[in-house]
Amino acid sequence: MSAESPEPASAEEQKVVYSVIFNLLLIVFQEMEDKVISPEKAEEAKLKARYPHLGQKPGGSDFLRKRLQKGQKYFDSGDYNMAKAKMKNKQLPTAAPDKTEVTGDHIPTPQDLPQRKPSLVASKLAG
Amino acid sequence: MAGRAGAGGGNDIQWCFSQVKGAVDDDVAEADIISTVEFNHSGELLATGDKGGRVVIFQQEQENKTQSHSRGEYNVYSTFQSHEPEFDYLKSLEIEEKINKIRWLPQKNAAQFLLSTNDKTIKLWKISERDKRPEGYNLKEEDGRYRDPTTVTTLRVPVFRPMDLMVEASPRRIFANAHTYHINSISINSDYETYLSADDLRINLWHLEITDRSFNIVDIKPANMEELTEVITAAEFHPNSCNTFVYSSSKGTIRLCDMRASALCDRHSKLFEEPEDPSNRSFFSEIISSISDVKFSHSGRYMMTRDYLSVKIWDLNMENRPVETYQVHEYLRSKLCSLYENDCIFDKFECCWNGSDSIVMTGSYNNFFRMFDRNTKRDITLEASRENNKPRTVLKPRKVCASGKRKKDEISVDSLDFNKKILHTAWHPKENIIAVATTNNLYIFQDKMN
Repeated sequence: MSAESPEPASAEEQKVVYSVIFNLLLIVFQEMEDKVISPEKAEEAKLKARYPHLGQKPGGSDFLRKRLQKGQKYFDSGDYNMAKAKMKNKQLPTAAPDKTEVTGDHIPTPQDLPQRKPSLVASKLAG
Repeated sequence: MAGRAGAGGGNDIQWCFSQVKGAVDDDVAEADIISTVEFNHSGELLATGDKGGRVVIFQQEQENKTQSHSRGEYNVYSTFQSHEPEFDYLKSLEIEEKINKIRWLPQKNAAQFLLSTNDKTIKLWKISERDKRPEGYNLKEEDGRYRDPTTVTTLRVPVFRPMDLMVEASPRRIFANAHTYHINSISINSDYETYLSADDLRINLWHLEITDRSFNIVDIKPANMEELTEVITAAEFHPNSCNTFVYSSSKGTIRLCDMRASALCDRHSKLFEEPEDPSNRSFFSEIISSISDVKFSHSGRYMMTRDYLSVKIWDLNMENRPVETYQVHEYLRSKLCSLYENDCIFDKFECCWNGSDSIVMTGSYNNFFRMFDRNTKRDITLEASRENNKPRTVLKPRKVCASGKRKKDEISVDSLDFNKKILHTAWHPKENIIAVATTNNLYIFQDKMN
């Protein structure tokens, strides 16, 4: 390797190099800023990517209406009679709000009416 | 605000495991999921309600003078089925038996009274002790069979003789059919005669003696349900002013109402709301600002609210912002997308004050719970787990590592178990004894007494 020092860059070349470095830094800072300022916004972007139709209707009312309707099961006499005919001893429907509407099997039949006798199973906290 | 790892929360309280109640197995029956925990006014009794509609009451045993290094243990005192599942055929609505809240009445005589509620019906239960029974009837045998009157030749006076303690629970009042929507709160007034019950859109005022009517004091149902933008999430009476109550909303606001102002308290006396930076607004902003619990301090000067990520202390004299804010699990802010997908973002955490209002406590995930000391500004994270089962073993503080290099003994956010949530905690009104409910177990911790 030669020992001589490199030739000093011309002013033009220096300007180009500096502007390239500056732009690169700008991009880096912008990305950092996006991440640092709003992790929430990053999460929101992720969600919108997965569910593009979310939030197009006023989201607030949808949540609230679903919440108010918790437990609603629509009664269909045909389903009800079919379920009775099946004579299956069904588990009580869980209370978790379903994402789809629930009919059919989930309508209680007289055998497994919720108004059952008081639970004889004691709480395990008392055991 | 951030605590140093290992720093004790609150006057250097050292928390020790005391007891755990409930089944050990991992397969949790839905009915066993604990849904509420509440100490009574003296702290002697601790009540739990579960998803199966059952109430279990524990009683602290009298302090053993010789065992000065620990306070009395809590043992089962009474258990009963408070609510049954129902089906409203008219509206096609299933009514869960899950106990949403239990509130104790202050003790007035030998019996104890509590209110328990599910989504639709509130019940007043009387819990009384029977420790003697009459013996020596003339016409009845001891087992209850009637004697042949012709065989009775002498008369005797029946006397009361001691018997094994029996604790009986009986429903004294049933307050039903007053709520179209799901009851989320009940709160007993400081007049000890009335109480309020709140559902998503309305709040009713009851008299403890009267079950066939109640007064509606707040109604936020819009004429057109399409315009519905917020619901009531919690409500509580002021501990000293019998005319004052607050209710919180899904939009992160708290309204304070004065019942002297008008019969229907639709117009608030005070509105507590922290201004939001509009540039920070996201899809999640409103959901995580929804207040899941509101509790007055014992002094009545402050109130505490819990939203998804933080606990805020408000001075009743200042409406425009809280006086203190504590981050419960800020590391979850970068996980909101998945927390939305698995519905955890809708989890309703409760919060509580200690007896002197100097420390507040709330639960988190992975069976962690957090305490914040308002004076020292130190906080601590502890875990409710059967691994620290030895009484008088001091609990080791936990730390969650948000990102980057995980130190030894730290847990990374991605390893947290979001199914292990501590939603319900309670603090003894006078002592440093806390009750922490995991999904189906009840943990009791005490401070180390030297």
